[in-house]
Amino acid sequence: MSTVIRARGLGKKYRQRWALQDCELELPAGRVIGLVGPNGAGKSTLLNLAAGLLAPSSGSIEVCGGPPAADVAQLARVGFVAQDTPTYGRLSVADHLTLGRRLNPGWDDAVARERIDRLGLDPKQRAGTLSGGQRAQLALTMALAKRPELLILDEPVASLDPLARREFMQLLMEAVAEQELSVVLSSHLVSDVERACDYLVVLVDSRVQVAGDLDELIATHHRLVGARRDPATLPGSQQVISASHTDRQTTLLVRTQEPILDPSWSVDGINLEDLVLAYMDKSAPVVRRPRLEVQR
Amino acid sequence: MIWLTWRQFRGPALMMAGVLTVFAAALAFTGPGLADDYAQGIAACTGQEGGCTRFLDRFLDSHQSAFLGVSGLLLLLPGLIGLFWGAPLVAREMETGTLRMALTQSVRRTRWFAVKIALVGLATMVAAGIGTLAVTWWASPLDKSAVSSYPRLEAIVFATRGIVPVGYAAFAFALGVTVGMLVRRALPAMAITLAAFALVQIAMPMFVRPNLAEPVKATATFSTANIDGVGEGGLLHVQAGVADAGAWILSSRTVDKDGRTVAVIDLPDADMAKCDAPRQPAKAMQCVADTANRLGYRQEATYHPSSRYWRFQWTETGIYLALALGLTGFSFWWTKRRL
Repeated sequence: MSTVIRARGLGKKYRQRWALQDCELELPAGRVIGLVGPNGAGKSTLLNLAAGLLAPSSGSIEVCGGPPAADVAQLARVGFVAQDTPTYGRLSVADHLTLGRRLNPGWDDAVARERIDRLGLDPKQRAGTLSGGQRAQLALTMALAKRPELLILDEPVASLDPLARREFMQLLMEAVAEQELSVVLSSHLVSDVERACDYLVVLVDSRVQVAGDLDELIATHHRLVGARRDPATLPGSQQVISASHTDRQTTLLVRTQEPILDPSWSVDGINLEDLVLAYMDKSAPVVRRPRLEVQR
Repeated sequence: MIWLTWRQFRGPALMMAGVLTVFAAALAFTGPGLADDYAQGIAACTGQEGGCTRFLDRFLDSHQSAFLGVSGLLLLLPGLIGLFWGAPLVAREMETGTLRMALTQSVRRTRWFAVKIALVGLATMVAAGIGTLAVTWWASPLDKSAVSSYPRLEAIVFATRGIVPVGYAAFAFALGVTVGMLVRRALPAMAITLAAFALVQIAMPMFVRPNLAEPVKATATFSTANIDGVGEGGLLHVQAGVADAGAWILSSRTVDKDGRTVAVIDLPDADMAKCDAPRQPAKAMQCVADTANRLGYRQEATYHPSSRYWRFQWTETGIYLALALGLTGFSFWWTKRRL
C-alpha cells in the first residue's frame, strides 16, 4: 500500500500559537479520505501544508513521494480546492479554463470543457456572478482538469446549501470514478464524508485519533450496553473509546477485531456519526495505548 | 503566467493608457503655442533696454496655474501608481483567496511573483516615463522663464522633470507591493503606502537632496545688483547674491566683519549722510554698497549650481531604483518563505 501523504512530527506555528503540532500521519494512496475533526483541530492547516501553501514550522511532510510544491512536477501532482472555493471574480469561466491550460502542463482541456458544459455554466459569465455552488464546481473542475495524483479539498462545501452540496459531491464522485486519483477531503459534516469517502481520519488537537477503512471502522466498533461495570474489566482485545454510566447501566463504545462473546452485553452496531463523535468527545478516556491500524 | 498577469492587469493598464493619452494630448495641443509665444516674446525683447526680465515674469505669471497644475499632476502620478497598482497586486489575491488558487497551479511561486512584478513594474515605469517626457517637453519654455522663481533643482520642478519620476514610480510600486504583502489587505495597504511614500517624498528634498553633493559656498560683496533697498536709518535689505541664476540656494545670510550673522545691516548715520544724493538714486545705492563693503559686511550663501541638475537627477533616480530593488528583493524572499 503506497502512501500519498506522510507527516512526521509536523507542526505549524502562527506567532505564538501552534495550529498544528507533532502531527504523525500516513494516508494511503488510491482512497477517498475524509478528514474530520472539530474546528481548530488543524485540518485546514494540515491540508494547506500538504498543498505547499504553508511551510512547516517543525517536522516534515511528504506528498506523492516528495516535499509539497518543491518543483513544477510536484505542483502538477496535487490539485487543491481551497476553503470557500475562491475564483477570480473578474475573470470569466472560459478565462479560468485558459488560466488552467496555460499554467498546467498536464491540463486536460477536453475534460474541463465537457464538464463545464455538463454543469450548464456559461463560459462567458464572470466567476464573480456565479452562485456559490457554481463557483465551487468551477474550482473543482479546475483542480480535476489538472490531472493530479492527489486532490485536496479543504471544506469545499462548508458554505453551500444542501442541494449545491449534493451536486458538488456528485461531481466529485463521478470524477473519482473516471480518473485514478487519491482524494483528501476535510469536512465537519459527517454526512458528506459518509457519502463520498471510503477512508476516515479523525483529527483532534493535531492528533490522529483514528484512521482506517470506513467500512472496517464501522464493522469493528460496537456499542455495548449492560449492567454497570468497570470498563477496565474488559478483555485486552477490546479498546474502550467512550464510556458512560448511569446508576445501573454502562454504555461503552469499544473497538475490537474479535467478536464480542460476553453474553452480559447487548451489542449494537454504530453509525459513522456516533463513531466520529465518540473520538471527538474530549471526555473520552485518553487511553494512551498504541493506535491500532486497521489490518487490511 | 504572462497571460494571467496581463488578463488581470488589462483593465488598470488600459485605464492608465487612456488617462495618459488625454493628458499627453492636452499637452501636445497647448505645447507648440506655448513655445511660439516664448520664442516671439524673447525675439521681441532681446536687445531692448532692460532685457527680457519683464517679459519672462509676465510669461510665467500668465501660465503659472497651468505650470503648477501640470507639475502637480505628475507629482501625484507615482504615488497613485504605487497606490492602485502596487498595494493590491498581492494583497487583493490574499484577501479574495485567489492566491491559493494561483499558487496551486503548476507554476512555482517565485515565477508567479516574478512575472507579476516585472510586467506591472515595467508598465509603471513606462507610464511615468511617458508622463515626464510629455511634461518636460511641454514645460521647457516655462522652465526657462521660471529659472529664478522655481530653480530647476528645487522641489516641484526637479521632481516632475527629467528621469526622477520613473524612479519615484518604481519605488512607489515596489513599496505598495511589499506593504500589501505584509498587511495582507488591499485597502489598509493602500493607505499605508500613500503615507509612507508621501513621507519619503517630503524627506527627500528636505534632508537628502541638499546633501547629494557638497554645496558651493560663496561670499559676495555688495553692489546695486543685490541690494533690495535702503530703509529708514540706514537699514540695508539684501537678497542672496549668487551669480548663477538657476542655482538652488540652500542658505543665504549676511555677516558682519567678525563673521556674526546679522538680520539687517545697520549703517552709521554719518555714513548714510555722506551717501545722500536725492537726485541720483543709483549713485546713492552704489555709495551705500561701498560703505557696507568697507565696514566688512559680506553676503554668504551656500547653493548647488544649476549645472548639477543632471548629476542630481541621475543620483536621485539611482537612489529610488535601489530602494525599489531592495523592496523587490525582500518581497521575493517573503514570497518564497512566508507568503
